[in-house]
Amino acid sequence: MTTTDSATIAMDLDRAWDLHPQVSVRPEPFGALLYHFGTRKLSFLKDRRLLAVVQALADAPTARAACLGAGLGEDELPRYGRALAVLVQSSMVVGRTP
Amino acid sequence: MTAPVTAPMTAPAPPPLVDLFERGLDAPICLTWELTYACNLACSHCLSSSGRRDPRELSTAEAKAVIDELEAMQVFYVNIGGGEPTVRADFWELLDYATAHHVGVKFSTNGVRITPDAAARLARNDYVDVQISLDGATADVNDAVRGAGSYATALRALENLAAAGMRNFKISVVCTRHNIPQLDAFKALADRYGAQLRLTRLRPSGRGADVWDELHPTAAQQRELYDWLLANGENVLTGDSFFHLSAYGQALPGLNLCGAGRVVCLIDPVGDVYACPFAIHDEFLAGNVRTADGFSGVWRDSELFRRLRTPQHGGACASCAFYDTCKGGCMAAKFFTGLPLDGPDPECVQGYGEELLARRDDGTRVPKPSGDHSRGTGSRKRTTVDLVLTRREAVTSPARPPVSECAEHPLAGLDLTTVGKDTAHA
Ligand code: SF4
Ligand code: SF4
Repeated sequence: MTTTDSATIAMDLDRAWDLHPQVSVRPEPFGALLYHFGTRKLSFLKDRRLLAVVQALADAPTARAACLGAGLGEDELPRYGRALAVLVQSSMVVGRTP
Repeated sequence: MTAPVTAPMTAPAPPPLVDLFERGLDAPICLTWELTYACNLACSHCLSSSGRRDPRELSTAEAKAVIDELEAMQVFYVNIGGGEPTVRADFWELLDYATAHHVGVKFSTNGVRITPDAAARLARNDYVDVQISLDGATADVNDAVRGAGSYATALRALENLAAAGMRNFKISVVCTRHNIPQLDAFKALADRYGAQLRLTRLRPSGRGADVWDELHPTAAQQRELYDWLLANGENVLTGDSFFHLSAYGQALPGLNLCGAGRVVCLIDPVGDVYACPFAIHDEFLAGNVRTADGFSGVWRDSELFRRLRTPQHGGACASCAFYDTCKGGCMAAKFFTGLPLDGPDPECVQGYGEELLARRDDGTRVPKPSGDHSRGTGSRKRTTVDLVLTRREAVTSPARPPVSECAEHPLAGLDLTTVGKDTAHA
Protein backbone atom coordinates (compact mmCIF):
# COMPACT_ATOMS: atom_id res chain seq x y z
CA MET A 1 0.00 0.00 0.00
CA THR A 2 1.42 3.36 -0.92
CA THR A 3 1.14 6.18 1.46
CA THR A 4 0.17 9.60 0.36
CA ASP A 5 2.34 12.07 2.15
CA SER A 6 -0.19 14.80 2.56
CA ALA A 7 2.44 17.17 3.90
CA THR A 8 4.11 17.36 0.50
CA ILE A 9 0.98 18.22 -1.42
CA ALA A 10 0.45 21.88 -2.06
CA MET A 11 -2.97 23.25 -2.86
CA ASP A 12 -3.51 26.64 -4.36
CA LEU A 13 -6.45 27.90 -2.37
CA ASP A 14 -6.53 31.17 -4.25
CA ARG A 15 -7.66 29.97 -7.59
CA ALA A 16 -10.89 28.54 -8.94
CA TRP A 17 -11.53 24.82 -8.86
CA ASP A 18 -14.33 22.49 -9.80
CA LEU A 19 -15.29 18.87 -9.72
CA HIS A 20 -14.18 17.01 -12.81
CA PRO A 21 -17.14 16.81 -15.20
CA GLN A 22 -16.98 13.01 -15.12
CA VAL A 23 -17.28 12.88 -11.34
CA SER A 24 -20.53 11.94 -9.69
CA VAL A 25 -21.23 12.76 -6.05
CA ARG A 26 -23.49 10.72 -3.82
CA PRO A 27 -24.13 12.07 -0.34
CA GLU A 28 -24.16 9.46 2.42
CA PRO A 29 -24.87 9.83 6.12
CA PHE A 30 -21.15 9.89 6.91
CA GLY A 31 -20.09 12.24 4.13
CA ALA A 32 -20.14 11.30 0.50
CA LEU A 33 -18.97 8.95 -2.17
CA LEU A 34 -17.30 10.35 -5.25
CA TYR A 35 -16.96 8.30 -8.38
CA HIS A 36 -14.86 9.29 -11.35
CA PHE A 37 -16.16 7.67 -14.50
CA GLY A 38 -12.95 8.40 -16.35
CA THR A 39 -10.46 6.90 -13.93
CA ARG A 40 -13.03 4.50 -12.38
CA LYS A 41 -11.88 5.55 -8.97
CA LEU A 42 -14.00 5.87 -5.92
CA SER A 43 -13.28 8.27 -3.11
CA PHE A 44 -14.90 8.57 0.26
CA LEU A 45 -15.33 11.93 1.86
CA LYS A 46 -15.58 11.16 5.53
CA ASP A 47 -16.79 14.53 6.49
CA ARG A 48 -19.95 16.39 5.57
CA ARG A 49 -18.20 19.75 5.69
CA LEU A 50 -15.68 18.59 3.14
CA LEU A 51 -18.65 17.63 1.00
CA ALA A 52 -20.05 21.13 1.40
CA VAL A 53 -16.71 22.59 0.33
CA VAL A 54 -16.48 20.35 -2.70
CA GLN A 55 -20.01 21.21 -3.74
CA ALA A 56 -19.30 24.92 -3.37
CA LEU A 57 -16.21 24.91 -5.58
CA ALA A 58 -18.03 25.41 -8.86
CA ASP A 59 -19.62 28.68 -7.82
CA ALA A 60 -16.87 30.12 -5.66
CA PRO A 61 -14.16 32.36 -7.08
CA THR A 62 -11.49 30.48 -5.12
CA ALA A 63 -11.17 27.35 -3.02
CA ARG A 64 -10.59 29.59 -0.03
CA ALA A 65 -13.93 31.27 -0.59
CA ALA A 66 -15.61 27.88 -0.93
CA CYS A 67 -14.12 26.78 2.40
CA LEU A 68 -15.07 29.90 4.26
CA GLY A 69 -18.51 29.88 2.66
CA ALA A 70 -18.98 26.35 3.97
CA GLY A 71 -18.38 27.66 7.47
CA LEU A 72 -14.78 26.62 7.99
CA GLY A 73 -12.53 28.71 10.20
CA GLU A 74 -9.18 30.09 9.00
CA ASP A 75 -7.38 27.59 11.21
CA GLU A 76 -9.05 24.71 9.41
CA LEU A 77 -7.94 25.80 5.95
CA PRO A 78 -4.62 23.95 5.89
CA ARG A 79 -6.27 20.69 6.78
CA TYR A 80 -9.06 21.02 4.26
CA GLY A 81 -6.57 22.31 1.72
CA ARG A 82 -4.68 19.05 2.05
CA ALA A 83 -7.86 17.04 1.63
CA LEU A 84 -8.62 19.00 -1.54
CA ALA A 85 -5.08 18.43 -2.76
CA VAL A 86 -5.66 14.69 -2.51
CA LEU A 87 -8.75 15.09 -4.64
CA VAL A 88 -6.74 17.10 -7.16
CA GLN A 89 -4.15 14.38 -7.28
CA SER A 90 -6.74 11.82 -8.20
CA SER A 91 -8.31 14.21 -10.74
CA MET A 92 -11.58 14.35 -8.83
CA VAL A 93 -11.10 18.10 -8.54
CA VAL A 94 -9.65 20.10 -11.42
CA GLY A 95 -8.69 23.69 -12.01
CA ARG A 96 -11.31 25.98 -13.48
CA THR A 97 -10.84 29.17 -15.44
CA PRO A 98 -13.29 31.60 -13.92
CA MET B 1 -4.56 2.23 -4.67
CA THR B 2 -4.04 5.26 -2.58
CA ALA B 3 -3.98 4.93 1.12
CA PRO B 4 -6.49 6.74 3.23
CA VAL B 5 -5.23 10.20 3.87
CA THR B 6 -4.67 11.32 7.36
CA ALA B 7 -4.67 14.84 8.55
CA PRO B 8 -3.70 16.23 11.93
CA MET B 9 -6.50 15.74 14.33
CA THR B 10 -8.24 18.64 15.96
CA ALA B 11 -11.49 16.91 16.76
CA PRO B 12 -12.27 13.44 18.03
CA ALA B 13 -12.01 11.01 15.14
CA PRO B 14 -15.24 9.77 13.65
CA PRO B 15 -15.58 6.00 13.52
CA PRO B 16 -13.36 4.32 10.95
CA LEU B 17 -14.90 4.03 7.53
CA VAL B 18 -15.20 0.30 7.78
CA ASP B 19 -17.47 0.70 10.80
CA LEU B 20 -19.66 3.13 8.92
CA PHE B 21 -19.91 0.70 6.05
CA GLU B 22 -20.87 -2.04 8.43
CA ARG B 23 -24.14 -0.23 8.93
CA GLY B 24 -24.78 -0.14 5.22
CA LEU B 25 -25.10 2.61 2.65
CA ASP B 26 -28.08 4.37 1.12
CA ALA B 27 -27.37 2.51 -2.10
CA PRO B 28 -24.96 -0.25 -2.98
CA ILE B 29 -21.50 0.59 -4.26
CA CYS B 30 -21.05 -2.74 -5.88
CA LEU B 31 -24.12 -4.07 -7.47
CA THR B 32 -23.86 -7.19 -9.53
CA TRP B 33 -26.57 -7.84 -12.03
CA GLU B 34 -26.75 -11.16 -13.70
CA LEU B 35 -28.75 -10.47 -16.82
CA THR B 36 -29.29 -14.04 -17.86
CA TYR B 37 -28.55 -17.57 -16.81
CA ALA B 38 -28.06 -18.48 -20.45
CA CYS B 39 -24.51 -19.25 -21.43
CA ASN B 40 -22.58 -20.73 -24.30
CA LEU B 41 -20.03 -22.28 -21.97
CA ALA B 42 -20.25 -24.64 -19.02
CA CYS B 43 -17.47 -23.75 -16.61
CA SER B 44 -17.07 -26.23 -13.84
CA HIS B 45 -16.89 -23.54 -11.17
CA CYS B 46 -19.73 -21.29 -12.33
CA LEU B 47 -20.93 -19.36 -9.31
CA SER B 48 -24.45 -19.04 -10.64
CA SER B 49 -24.84 -22.55 -12.05
CA SER B 50 -25.69 -21.01 -15.39
CA GLY B 51 -26.55 -22.61 -18.70
CA ARG B 52 -30.18 -22.37 -19.63
CA ARG B 53 -32.16 -19.20 -19.91
CA ASP B 54 -34.81 -18.80 -17.25
CA PRO B 55 -38.16 -18.11 -18.93
CA ARG B 56 -39.04 -15.69 -16.16
CA GLU B 57 -36.08 -13.46 -17.03
CA LEU B 58 -36.73 -9.72 -16.68
CA SER B 59 -38.04 -8.25 -19.93
CA THR B 60 -36.28 -5.38 -21.65
CA ALA B 61 -38.80 -2.93 -20.19
CA GLU B 62 -38.37 -4.34 -16.69
CA ALA B 63 -34.61 -4.17 -17.00
CA LYS B 64 -34.84 -0.54 -18.07
CA ALA B 65 -37.04 0.20 -15.08
CA VAL B 66 -34.33 -1.24 -12.85
CA ILE B 67 -31.78 1.01 -14.56
CA ASP B 68 -34.04 4.02 -13.92
CA GLU B 69 -34.06 3.13 -10.24
CA LEU B 70 -30.29 2.73 -10.17
CA GLU B 71 -29.93 6.15 -11.72
CA ALA B 72 -32.20 7.67 -9.11
CA MET B 73 -30.26 5.94 -6.32
CA GLN B 74 -26.98 7.13 -7.84
CA VAL B 75 -25.54 3.70 -8.19
CA PHE B 76 -22.44 4.68 -10.11
CA TYR B 77 -22.07 1.49 -12.03
CA VAL B 78 -23.25 -2.08 -12.21
CA ASN B 79 -21.20 -5.19 -12.63
CA ILE B 80 -23.05 -7.10 -15.30
CA GLY B 81 -22.59 -10.80 -15.59
CA GLY B 82 -24.58 -13.95 -15.97
CA GLY B 83 -24.57 -16.44 -17.54
CA GLU B 84 -23.07 -14.86 -20.56
CA PRO B 85 -24.72 -11.44 -20.65
CA THR B 86 -23.92 -10.75 -24.29
CA VAL B 87 -26.14 -13.59 -25.46
CA ARG B 88 -29.19 -11.62 -24.38
CA ALA B 89 -30.70 -10.17 -27.54
CA ASP B 90 -31.14 -6.78 -25.89
CA PHE B 91 -27.69 -6.69 -24.28
CA TRP B 92 -26.36 -3.76 -26.34
CA GLU B 93 -29.62 -1.88 -25.99
CA LEU B 94 -29.49 -2.20 -22.20
CA LEU B 95 -25.83 -1.25 -22.13
CA ASP B 96 -26.52 1.94 -24.08
CA TYR B 97 -29.56 2.67 -21.95
CA ALA B 98 -27.60 2.34 -18.73
CA THR B 99 -24.68 4.49 -19.81
CA ALA B 100 -27.04 7.12 -21.20
CA HIS B 101 -28.63 7.20 -17.75
CA HIS B 102 -25.38 7.69 -15.86
CA VAL B 103 -25.08 4.14 -14.73
CA GLY B 104 -21.68 2.89 -15.77
CA VAL B 105 -21.36 -0.70 -16.87
CA LYS B 106 -18.63 -3.16 -16.12
CA PHE B 107 -19.42 -6.41 -17.73
CA SER B 108 -17.85 -9.80 -17.62
CA THR B 109 -17.80 -11.97 -20.67
CA ASN B 110 -16.14 -15.06 -21.96
CA GLY B 111 -15.54 -13.07 -25.13
CA VAL B 112 -17.84 -14.97 -27.45
CA ARG B 113 -19.54 -11.85 -28.81
CA ILE B 114 -16.57 -9.49 -28.70
CA THR B 115 -16.16 -9.19 -32.45
CA PRO B 116 -14.09 -6.39 -33.99
CA ASP B 117 -17.32 -4.39 -34.40
CA ALA B 118 -18.38 -4.92 -30.81
CA ALA B 119 -14.89 -4.01 -29.63
CA ALA B 120 -14.98 -0.76 -31.59
CA ARG B 121 -18.34 0.08 -30.10
CA LEU B 122 -17.06 -0.58 -26.59
CA ALA B 123 -13.94 1.46 -27.15
CA ARG B 124 -16.09 4.47 -28.03
CA ASN B 125 -18.07 4.36 -24.79
CA ASP B 126 -16.26 5.92 -21.82
CA TYR B 127 -18.73 4.48 -19.38
CA VAL B 128 -18.06 0.86 -20.18
CA ASP B 129 -15.48 -1.46 -18.78
CA VAL B 130 -14.97 -4.99 -20.05
CA GLN B 131 -13.60 -8.00 -18.28
CA ILE B 132 -12.62 -11.06 -20.19
CA SER B 133 -12.66 -14.17 -18.04
CA LEU B 134 -9.66 -16.40 -18.30
CA ASP B 135 -8.75 -19.03 -15.77
CA GLY B 136 -5.49 -20.24 -17.22
CA ALA B 137 -2.58 -18.43 -18.84
CA THR B 138 -2.34 -21.38 -21.20
CA ALA B 139 -5.06 -23.18 -23.12
CA ASP B 140 -4.67 -26.47 -21.27
CA VAL B 141 -5.12 -24.98 -17.82
CA ASN B 142 -7.93 -22.67 -18.90
CA ASP B 143 -9.88 -25.10 -21.01
CA ALA B 144 -9.81 -27.78 -18.32
CA VAL B 145 -12.09 -25.55 -16.28
CA ARG B 146 -13.84 -23.37 -18.83
CA GLY B 147 -14.22 -25.81 -21.69
CA ALA B 148 -12.49 -26.61 -24.96
CA GLY B 149 -11.92 -23.60 -27.17
CA SER B 150 -12.66 -21.05 -24.46
CA TYR B 151 -9.04 -19.92 -24.27
CA ALA B 152 -8.98 -19.19 -28.00
CA THR B 153 -12.28 -17.33 -27.71
CA ALA B 154 -10.96 -15.18 -24.87
CA LEU B 155 -7.72 -14.39 -26.66
CA ARG B 156 -9.54 -13.40 -29.80
CA ALA B 157 -11.64 -11.02 -27.72
CA LEU B 158 -8.50 -9.55 -26.13
CA GLU B 159 -6.96 -9.02 -29.55
CA ASN B 160 -10.10 -7.35 -30.85
CA LEU B 161 -10.31 -5.02 -27.87
CA ALA B 162 -6.65 -4.06 -28.11
CA ALA B 163 -6.95 -3.51 -31.87
CA ALA B 164 -10.00 -1.29 -31.35
CA GLY B 165 -7.96 0.91 -29.06
CA MET B 166 -9.85 -0.05 -25.93
CA ARG B 167 -7.74 0.70 -22.90
CA ASN B 168 -7.71 -0.66 -19.39
CA PHE B 169 -9.94 -3.58 -20.04
CA LYS B 170 -9.46 -6.41 -17.62
CA ILE B 171 -8.38 -9.99 -17.71
CA SER B 172 -10.30 -11.56 -14.90
CA VAL B 173 -8.86 -14.66 -13.31
CA VAL B 174 -10.36 -16.89 -10.66
CA CYS B 175 -7.37 -18.24 -8.75
CA THR B 176 -7.20 -22.01 -8.58
CA ARG B 177 -4.75 -24.69 -7.64
CA HIS B 178 -3.82 -25.01 -11.29
CA ASN B 179 -3.25 -21.41 -12.22
CA ILE B 180 -1.47 -20.07 -9.13
CA PRO B 181 1.84 -21.17 -10.71
CA GLN B 182 0.94 -18.96 -13.70
CA LEU B 183 0.64 -15.61 -11.95
CA ASP B 184 3.63 -14.13 -13.76
CA ALA B 185 2.38 -15.51 -17.05
CA PHE B 186 -1.01 -13.87 -16.50
CA LYS B 187 0.70 -10.59 -15.82
CA ALA B 188 2.71 -10.90 -19.02
CA LEU B 189 -0.43 -11.70 -20.96
CA ALA B 190 -2.19 -8.65 -19.58
CA ASP B 191 0.79 -6.46 -20.42
CA ARG B 192 0.82 -7.81 -23.94
CA TYR B 193 -2.71 -6.56 -24.59
CA GLY B 194 -2.47 -3.39 -22.55
CA ALA B 195 -4.97 -4.92 -20.18
CA GLN B 196 -5.14 -4.93 -16.44
CA LEU B 197 -4.98 -8.12 -14.45
CA ARG B 198 -7.66 -8.82 -11.90
CA LEU B 199 -7.40 -11.77 -9.60
CA THR B 200 -10.29 -13.07 -7.61
CA ARG B 201 -11.02 -15.82 -5.21
CA LEU B 202 -12.66 -19.13 -6.05
CA ARG B 203 -15.71 -19.48 -3.89
CA PRO B 204 -17.76 -22.57 -3.30
CA SER B 205 -20.83 -20.97 -4.86
CA GLY B 206 -23.05 -22.39 -7.57
CA ARG B 207 -21.23 -25.17 -9.38
CA GLY B 208 -18.12 -23.88 -7.68
CA ALA B 209 -19.31 -25.87 -4.67
CA ASP B 210 -18.85 -29.08 -6.63
CA VAL B 211 -15.26 -28.39 -7.55
CA TRP B 212 -14.09 -26.23 -4.68
CA ASP B 213 -12.45 -29.06 -2.81
CA GLU B 214 -10.26 -29.95 -5.75
CA LEU B 215 -9.74 -26.51 -7.24
CA HIS B 216 -9.19 -24.14 -4.37
CA PRO B 217 -5.55 -23.20 -3.79
CA THR B 218 -3.57 -25.20 -1.27
CA ALA B 219 -2.39 -23.52 1.90
CA ALA B 220 1.10 -23.15 0.42
CA GLN B 221 -0.35 -21.59 -2.71
CA GLN B 222 -2.35 -19.12 -0.67
CA ARG B 223 0.90 -17.97 0.84
CA GLU B 224 2.46 -17.78 -2.61
CA LEU B 225 -0.47 -15.70 -3.81
CA TYR B 226 -0.26 -13.40 -0.84
CA ASP B 227 3.46 -12.79 -1.38
CA TRP B 228 2.88 -12.24 -5.07
CA LEU B 229 0.13 -9.73 -4.36
CA LEU B 230 2.34 -7.83 -1.97
CA ALA B 231 5.08 -7.68 -4.62
CA ASN B 232 2.81 -6.88 -7.59
CA GLY B 233 -0.25 -5.49 -5.89
CA GLU B 234 0.07 -1.98 -7.23
CA ASN B 235 -0.85 -2.98 -10.74
CA VAL B 236 -3.13 -5.87 -10.06
CA LEU B 237 -6.75 -5.55 -9.06
CA THR B 238 -8.24 -7.72 -6.38
CA GLY B 239 -10.55 -5.46 -4.46
CA ASP B 240 -11.29 -7.20 -1.26
CA SER B 241 -11.23 -10.60 -2.80
CA PHE B 242 -8.48 -11.95 -0.60
CA PHE B 243 -8.96 -10.09 2.62
CA HIS B 244 -8.85 -13.35 4.54
CA LEU B 245 -5.17 -13.50 3.53
CA SER B 246 -4.50 -10.33 5.50
CA ALA B 247 -4.09 -12.60 8.48
CA TYR B 248 -0.67 -13.52 7.11
CA GLY B 249 0.46 -10.18 8.42
CA GLN B 250 0.25 -7.09 6.32
CA ALA B 251 -3.27 -6.07 5.37
CA LEU B 252 -4.00 -6.04 1.67
CA PRO B 253 -5.50 -2.90 0.21
CA GLY B 254 -9.25 -2.73 0.36
CA LEU B 255 -12.09 -2.43 2.76
CA ASN B 256 -11.50 -5.67 4.60
CA LEU B 257 -15.10 -6.29 5.22
CA CYS B 258 -17.81 -8.59 4.01
CA GLY B 259 -19.98 -6.15 2.12
CA ALA B 260 -22.96 -8.46 1.66
CA GLY B 261 -26.15 -6.46 2.01
CA ARG B 262 -24.17 -3.45 3.21
CA VAL B 263 -22.37 -2.20 0.12
CA VAL B 264 -22.83 -5.23 -2.11
CA CYS B 265 -25.75 -7.13 -3.55
CA LEU B 266 -26.93 -9.15 -6.51
CA ILE B 267 -29.90 -8.84 -8.81
CA ASP B 268 -30.39 -12.14 -10.57
CA PRO B 269 -31.96 -12.65 -14.02
CA VAL B 270 -35.49 -13.03 -12.65
CA GLY B 271 -35.13 -9.98 -10.43
CA ASP B 272 -34.42 -11.73 -7.16
CA VAL B 273 -32.15 -9.69 -4.92
CA TYR B 274 -29.51 -11.55 -2.93
CA ALA B 275 -27.03 -10.23 -0.39
CA CYS B 276 -24.07 -11.15 -2.57
CA PRO B 277 -23.49 -12.77 -5.97
CA PHE B 278 -21.78 -15.61 -4.17
CA ALA B 279 -24.73 -16.22 -1.91
CA ILE B 280 -27.49 -17.43 -4.20
CA HIS B 281 -29.52 -19.27 -1.61
CA ASP B 282 -32.92 -18.66 -0.01
CA GLU B 283 -31.12 -17.82 3.19
CA PHE B 284 -29.70 -14.70 1.54
CA LEU B 285 -32.68 -13.76 -0.61
CA ALA B 286 -33.83 -10.26 0.28
CA GLY B 287 -36.70 -9.73 -2.15
CA ASN B 288 -37.50 -9.13 -5.80
CA VAL B 289 -37.30 -6.01 -7.95
CA ARG B 290 -40.77 -6.80 -9.32
CA THR B 291 -42.39 -5.90 -6.00
CA ALA B 292 -44.13 -2.58 -5.50
CA ASP B 293 -41.19 -0.67 -4.03
CA GLY B 294 -38.80 -2.10 -6.55
CA PHE B 295 -35.12 -2.56 -6.00
CA SER B 296 -34.70 0.46 -3.76
CA GLY B 297 -37.42 -0.85 -1.47
CA VAL B 298 -35.61 -4.15 -1.14
CA TRP B 299 -32.27 -2.47 -0.54
CA ARG B 300 -33.72 -0.14 2.08
CA ASP B 301 -36.18 -2.28 3.92
CA SER B 302 -35.42 -5.96 3.59
CA GLU B 303 -35.32 -7.74 6.91
CA LEU B 304 -32.29 -9.70 5.83
CA PHE B 305 -30.30 -6.61 4.85
CA ARG B 306 -31.17 -4.92 8.10
CA ARG B 307 -29.86 -7.92 9.94
CA LEU B 308 -26.64 -7.98 7.92
CA ARG B 309 -26.13 -4.31 8.69
CA THR B 310 -25.97 -4.85 12.40
CA PRO B 311 -22.52 -5.51 13.83
CA GLN B 312 -21.55 -9.14 13.43
CA HIS B 313 -19.98 -11.19 16.14
CA GLY B 314 -16.61 -12.72 15.68
CA GLY B 315 -17.70 -15.99 17.23
CA ALA B 316 -14.80 -18.41 17.24
CA CYS B 317 -12.70 -15.76 15.45
CA ALA B 318 -13.21 -13.05 18.03
CA SER B 319 -10.08 -13.93 19.95
CA CYS B 320 -7.90 -14.13 16.82
CA ALA B 321 -5.22 -11.47 16.58
CA PHE B 322 -6.06 -10.95 12.91
CA TYR B 323 -9.78 -10.50 13.33
CA ASP B 324 -9.52 -6.78 12.60
CA THR B 325 -8.40 -7.31 9.04
CA CYS B 326 -9.69 -10.79 8.32
CA LYS B 327 -13.08 -10.50 9.98
CA GLY B 328 -13.53 -14.23 9.74
CA GLY B 329 -13.41 -14.14 5.96
CA CYS B 330 -16.19 -14.77 3.49
CA MET B 331 -19.72 -15.48 4.60
CA ALA B 332 -20.62 -17.29 1.40
CA ALA B 333 -17.55 -19.50 1.53
CA LYS B 334 -18.45 -20.57 5.04
CA PHE B 335 -22.08 -21.10 4.23
CA PHE B 336 -21.55 -23.29 1.20
CA THR B 337 -18.93 -25.42 2.91
CA GLY B 338 -21.24 -26.03 5.83
CA LEU B 339 -19.22 -24.03 8.35
CA PRO B 340 -20.77 -21.75 10.96
CA LEU B 341 -21.11 -18.16 9.76
CA ASP B 342 -19.60 -16.72 12.91
CA GLY B 343 -16.44 -18.81 12.74
CA PRO B 344 -13.35 -18.99 10.57
CA ASP B 345 -13.27 -19.01 6.79
CA PRO B 346 -12.66 -22.45 5.23
CA GLU B 347 -9.37 -21.04 3.96
CA CYS B 348 -8.42 -19.41 7.27
CA VAL B 349 -4.68 -18.92 7.00
CA GLN B 350 -4.28 -20.06 10.58
CA GLY B 351 -5.59 -23.44 9.54
CA TYR B 352 -8.72 -23.32 11.71
CA GLY B 353 -10.99 -23.61 8.70
CA GLU B 354 -9.28 -26.74 7.50
CA GLU B 355 -9.65 -28.29 10.92
CA LEU B 356 -13.35 -27.56 10.89
CA LEU B 357 -13.73 -28.89 7.37
CA ALA B 358 -12.01 -32.09 8.38
CA ARG B 359 -14.32 -32.47 11.34
CA ARG B 360 -17.44 -32.17 9.23
CA ASP B 361 -18.88 -35.64 9.21
CA ASP B 362 -20.70 -37.10 6.26
CA GLY B 363 -23.93 -36.01 7.79
CA THR B 364 -23.04 -32.32 7.61
CA ARG B 365 -25.67 -30.62 5.60
CA VAL B 366 -23.95 -28.55 2.99
CA PRO B 367 -26.44 -26.03 1.67
CA LYS B 368 -27.19 -26.19 -2.02
CA PRO B 369 -27.49 -23.03 -4.07
CA SER B 370 -31.09 -22.17 -4.77
CA GLY B 371 -31.12 -22.34 -8.52
CA ASP B 372 -29.46 -24.73 -10.86
CA HIS B 373 -29.67 -23.58 -14.44
CA SER B 374 -27.11 -26.05 -15.63
CA ARG B 375 -27.83 -27.73 -18.89
CA GLY B 376 -28.21 -31.47 -18.88
CA THR B 377 -29.78 -33.42 -16.09
CA GLY B 378 -28.87 -30.85 -13.54
CA SER B 379 -28.00 -33.44 -10.98
CA ARG B 380 -25.44 -31.82 -8.80
CA LYS B 381 -23.78 -33.81 -6.13
CA ARG B 382 -21.31 -32.84 -3.58
CA THR B 383 -18.46 -35.29 -3.82
CA THR B 384 -15.74 -36.06 -1.39
CA VAL B 385 -12.34 -34.47 -1.67
CA ASP B 386 -10.76 -35.50 -4.90
CA LEU B 387 -7.43 -34.03 -5.76
CA VAL B 388 -7.61 -34.78 -9.44
CA LEU B 389 -8.81 -31.99 -11.66
CA THR B 390 -11.70 -33.23 -13.69
CA ARG B 391 -14.43 -31.39 -15.41
CA ARG B 392 -17.59 -32.77 -14.03
CA GLU B 393 -19.09 -34.27 -17.18
CA ALA B 394 -18.06 -37.65 -15.99
CA VAL B 395 -19.75 -37.21 -12.67
CA THR B 396 -22.97 -35.60 -13.68
CA SER B 397 -24.08 -35.43 -17.25
CA PRO B 398 -22.45 -35.24 -20.64
CA ALA B 399 -23.81 -31.82 -21.43
CA ARG B 400 -22.09 -30.13 -18.60
CA PRO B 401 -23.47 -26.88 -17.32
CA PRO B 402 -22.73 -23.35 -17.92
CA VAL B 403 -20.62 -20.55 -17.04
CA SER B 404 -20.69 -17.47 -15.19
CA GLU B 405 -18.47 -14.65 -16.07
CA CYS B 406 -18.70 -12.69 -12.91
CA ALA B 407 -16.82 -15.00 -10.63
CA GLU B 408 -15.22 -12.24 -8.74
CA HIS B 409 -15.60 -10.50 -5.48
CA PRO B 410 -18.15 -7.76 -5.86
CA LEU B 411 -15.69 -5.21 -4.55
CA ALA B 412 -12.93 -6.35 -6.86
CA GLY B 413 -11.32 -3.56 -8.76
CA LEU B 414 -12.46 -0.73 -6.60
CA ASP B 415 -9.85 1.87 -6.27
CA LEU B 416 -10.41 3.49 -2.95
CA THR B 417 -9.25 6.81 -1.69
CA THR B 418 -10.38 8.09 1.60
CA VAL B 419 -10.34 11.77 2.18
CA GLY B 420 -11.21 13.20 5.50
CA LYS B 421 -10.07 13.98 8.93
CA ASP B 422 -9.68 10.66 10.61
CA THR B 423 -7.03 8.04 10.49
CA ALA B 424 -6.72 5.01 8.31
CA HIS B 425 -9.05 2.17 9.10
CA ALA B 426 -6.56 -0.64 9.13
S1 SF4 C 1 -18.01 -12.64 -1.53
FE1 SF4 C 1 -18.02 -13.35 0.61
S2 SF4 C 1 -16.97 -11.73 1.78
FE2 SF4 C 1 -17.52 -10.88 -0.22
S3 SF4 C 1 -19.49 -9.84 0.13
FE3 SF4 C 1 -19.92 -11.93 -0.62
S4 SF4 C 1 -20.18 -13.16 1.20
FE4 SF4 C 1 -19.16 -11.27 1.85
S1 SF4 D 1 -9.28 -17.38 13.00
FE1 SF4 D 1 -10.86 -16.21 11.92
S2 SF4 D 1 -10.15 -14.05 11.97
FE2 SF4 D 1 -8.38 -15.39 12.47
S3 SF4 D 1 -7.34 -15.73 10.54
FE3 SF4 D 1 -8.76 -17.44 10.80
S4 SF4 D 1 -10.65 -16.81 9.75
FE4 SF4 D 1 -9.39 -14.97 10.05
